[in-house]
Amino acid sequence: MRTFEYLRPATLQEALGSLSGLANSKPMAGGMTLIPAMKMRLSTPARLVDLGGLEELRGIRVDAAAVTVGASSTHESVANSALVRAAIPALCEVAGGIGDPQVRNRGTLGGSIANNDPAADYPAALLGLDAQVLTTRRTLSAAEFFVGLFDTALGDGELITAVRFPVPAAAAYEKFKSPASRYAMVGVFAARTAGGVRVAVTGAGAGVFRAGVIEAALEEKFSVDALTSLRFPSDGLNTDIHADAQYCAHLVGVLARRAVARILYVGRR
Amino acid sequence: MTSSTGIGASLLRKEDQRFLMGRGNYVSDIKRPGMTMGAFLRSPHAHARILAIRSDAALAMPGVLAVLTGEDLRADGVGGLPCAWPVTGKGGAPTKEPTHPPLAQDKVRHVGDPVAFIIAESLLQARNAAEAVEVDYEALPAVGGVLEAIKPGAPAVFEDIPDNVCVDWELGDKAATDAAFQGAAHVARISLVNNRLVGNPMEPRAAIGEYDSSREHYTLWTTSQFPHIVKLLMGNFVLGIAQHKLRVVSPDVGGGFGVKQFHYAEEALVTWGSRRVGRPVKWVAERSEGFISDAHGRDHVTEAEMALSEDGHFLGLRVRTIANMGGYLSTFGPNIPTNLYGPLLAGVYTTPAIYCEVKAVFTNTVPVDAYRGAGRPEATFVLERLVDVAAAELGIDRAEIRRRNMIPPGAYPYQTPVMMEYDSGDPGGCLAKALLKADWDGFAQRKGQSAARGKLRGIGLCTYVEACGLAPSRIAASLGVRGGLFESAAVRVHPTGEVTVLMGSHNHGQGHETTFAQIASELLGIPADKVEIVFGDTDRVQFGLGTYGSRSLAVGGSALVKATNKVITKGKKIAAHMFEAAEADIEFKDGSFTVAGTDRHKPFAEIALSAHFPVNFPLETLEPGLEEQAFYDPVNFTFPCGAHIAELEIDPETGTVELLSYIAVDDIGTVINPMIVEGQIVGGIVQGIGQALYEDCIYDQESGQLLSGSFMDYCLPRADNFPLISVETNITACTHNPLGSKGCGELGTIGSPATVINAVVDALSHLGVNHVDMPATPNRLWRIIANAGAAPVVP
Ligand SMILES: Cc1cc2nc3c(=O)[nH]c(=O)nc-3n(C[C@H](O)[C@H](O)[C@H](O)COP(=O)(O)OP(=O)(O)OC[C@H]3O[C@@H](n4cnc5c(N)ncnc54)[C@H](O)[C@@H]3O)c2cc1C
Repeated sequence: MRTFEYLRPATLQEALGSLSGLANSKPMAGGMTLIPAMKMRLSTPARLVDLGGLEELRGIRVDAAAVTVGASSTHESVANSALVRAAIPALCEVAGGIGDPQVRNRGTLGGSIANNDPAADYPAALLGLDAQVLTTRRTLSAAEFFVGLFDTALGDGELITAVRFPVPAAAAYEKFKSPASRYAMVGVFAARTAGGVRVAVTGAGAGVFRAGVIEAALEEKFSVDALTSLRFPSDGLNTDIHADAQYCAHLVGVLARRAVARILYVGRR
Repeated sequence: MTSSTGIGASLLRKEDQRFLMGRGNYVSDIKRPGMTMGAFLRSPHAHARILAIRSDAALAMPGVLAVLTGEDLRADGVGGLPCAWPVTGKGGAPTKEPTHPPLAQDKVRHVGDPVAFIIAESLLQARNAAEAVEVDYEALPAVGGVLEAIKPGAPAVFEDIPDNVCVDWELGDKAATDAAFQGAAHVARISLVNNRLVGNPMEPRAAIGEYDSSREHYTLWTTSQFPHIVKLLMGNFVLGIAQHKLRVVSPDVGGGFGVKQFHYAEEALVTWGSRRVGRPVKWVAERSEGFISDAHGRDHVTEAEMALSEDGHFLGLRVRTIANMGGYLSTFGPNIPTNLYGPLLAGVYTTPAIYCEVKAVFTNTVPVDAYRGAGRPEATFVLERLVDVAAAELGIDRAEIRRRNMIPPGAYPYQTPVMMEYDSGDPGGCLAKALLKADWDGFAQRKGQSAARGKLRGIGLCTYVEACGLAPSRIAASLGVRGGLFESAAVRVHPTGEVTVLMGSHNHGQGHETTFAQIASELLGIPADKVEIVFGDTDRVQFGLGTYGSRSLAVGGSALVKATNKVITKGKKIAAHMFEAAEADIEFKDGSFTVAGTDRHKPFAEIALSAHFPVNFPLETLEPGLEEQAFYDPVNFTFPCGAHIAELEIDPETGTVELLSYIAVDDIGTVINPMIVEGQIVGGIVQGIGQALYEDCIYDQESGQLLSGSFMDYCLPRADNFPLISVETNITACTHNPLGSKGCGELGTIGSPATVINAVVDALSHLGVNHVDMPATPNRLWRIIANAGAAPVVP
């Protein structure tokens, strides 16, 4: 770690000022990703602006159409929210399956999606539900927001304030944990939404993506059988010391079938 | 008296009081007046020539006191890190022992090889300065694995060792073994890889050096399993410090697993550095630094074959192994894949002819040395995999083929064809107990139930022997060790009858403070809480060899028995004087000295008091005081053995293994504290299962870059990876030490990799699979299943 300035503003306005006031300033939410990166000197901000004091980024609101989760909501608070569970139980599963209790009690939705780790869980939920990312400047669809490997559409000094998840008819998330990191080796989020079947895949590629062939098969018939003979293509998927591309492709198929089975047989939504 | 705190009691661990309250005293807790902080600049290259090191900019930074390099070592005449256990190769060829400078000189030979040591007022300043040191490297082609290293024309790790071979070693009767194969009805074969592991003790390594110019004296605090040996190796071979001018302290140490039983460069550098800057210097490894600087374990490539008769009797065993030494020799490097490996290939069987060849080779990787089990898990894996392959090919039940070849109970002491004479053991009894406990015969039904749920169920078995209690010095010397392997204990009785015991072995998680107190409690008839165990400080404790090779109880405990018996003998002398009786008439029992046949007795504490107030002692024949010391050199190794059984399910869709049960029945000799023993065995098994299913230290074979350098990529198993592990014992006493104990520190790692892989192979046997390399990861198992053409089951 290097030396840095630490600020904890009380308002969003103040936070934005602090961020733009000094070059190489960085917002910090739970610090679960940022602090390890700073310890290894992979990230060396001159100023750290702690978002923990900002009321504007907190809270979970639910209406008939959507669940809106403040950027500072911890994974634990989402996993245990009765409001979220009643509206989109799959979102509770996503949050509850992240890391370990310590990480879930510090790590936040905003920090997770801003980081856009290719093996993170939340991006699958955002893309699978066609969520909207609300920032201090604009509203972006999930597809617009996630740009690539550890990359998002966020500009300098732009903060995520909340994410708006439209309530689907039904959804499920299946995660195959990487044995070492327990991030998603592959994670599949499947949803029946007003706009059709959406299937988002995390872990397997350079970033979250939609599995078009699976969505098409499920549009035709939303059933496990529809996927049985489908072989998900391995082109462009990851090969590393933990999993090769064919295995990742195979897991996409397996997890998609399991997610569909859960939607159909275990619980509605 | 078997007091309630004596041998056999599951006493809660005395040391846990301070550990659980966060009051341990680890090296990184220690602060010395005027202490400075050190940081290393380490090589990013696996293999490169150092053309220039420019440290001016770093030296000019705030707080920086020194930037030390290999050239400074040269100028100060600092020596290389010595190898303490070379071996003799084929035709009497010696082990090649290239110099291992504490800081790289001219060349770097692995990623993490230290290039510069930066000392500053603060850690932050030292780290910042490390980044400012400029090194010009000329990158060289590297070898990342043993198969690459032995290819003709492979890059040479050392110029004067063009074939990268450190030693080419053999053991056993080649002609007799060849003959056994010629007549054999069946030959079973296997080729396998024993995966490389990183020990990862919970506490990373750390060291503080302090030079006192007024006394010309050095102190080193270090996370070591053997402070006396560090003192000897570093003082004598590396820094040239006379032994009376050097103190080495290893306080509380948070786990070792072998990783901390070597003399490391960093220990010498903080000590030397403290003289250079005239102030204490501290260094604490980060986890990621540990991955590239702690010695690694295992890393073998092996081909083996077994000759059998038609009815499944083992006739001969032939093993060829290539073992990785890494970029330099670590303290015991060459000994591990040779002396601690070859002799174990006899296992618990009567195989009459065994021949083993081991080629130890240099590669551009971190040095490889002992890791919990050290050589013995590797041997057991080869043998027990081969036994399963043979059983499958001959259609003999896996338990039956083992029984058929097992050394019978009446045959001990048993001389194997490969060096060892087993004094005792009942592996057959262990096997019988384990089979019963595992309901081996009911497996088919359970397999059916799993199949109904779409799961592939497997059961695996392994019987094993371990050679530990390192070591009889005479035998070890004939195998190449440069030094003794005895152990020491001193029993200091205070005037009021409490006892301080000074042990030459080292406690870093094994519960010694409790186990050794129980032995003293048993022998002296005093409660264990009146016994304090001291270790880990060369100024307080007499010379001892430390803790590794499951030796502390069998060797150190024996020294303690010997020293305690001397105290009792002296106590009898004092009692005889006080009772005006003959010494031969004094008995010591239940904590009292009694005149035989009378009711005249004095408790231990009263004799202790008189020893310190010798008002009318006959001083020519009776010295005051009550303190005795003993050194114990065993006559043989000890040989724990046992049988382990694992049952598991594989999800054929994803290749995931779920362990359902794990049963261990071990013969470890006399048990002092059953609770501690269970903890030790479970801990070892967990590490062995880690090797079988999870852990893999992966180097890019061509570039020598470490690909699994953090816990994000190196899968250290967690509690939820395991079922409850059942540990039982089936004891025969060791015949040659006073306790009858054999040791239990490593054995969990020895049988478990083979047990688990045997179960994995069993689950896949219907696909024609006869071997799976470790770790049996989901991806690897899914590939095997997919290649075998078995269509994935749909839920
Ligand atoms: C041991 C461990 C295990 C983990 N396991 C998983 C897992 O299984 N699955 C998974 O998905 N994740 C996992 N994570 C990551 C975890 O979810 C992190 O909490 C998350 O990635 C970052 O969230 P944070 O709140 O800690 O953000 P921080 O670390 O504080 O910040 C991360 C990045 O986001 C930026 N940022 C933070 N908040 C905002 C905002 N409101 N607007 C704009 N930018 C912002 C920061 O500047 C920084 O660049 C794990 C982490 C750890 C340490």
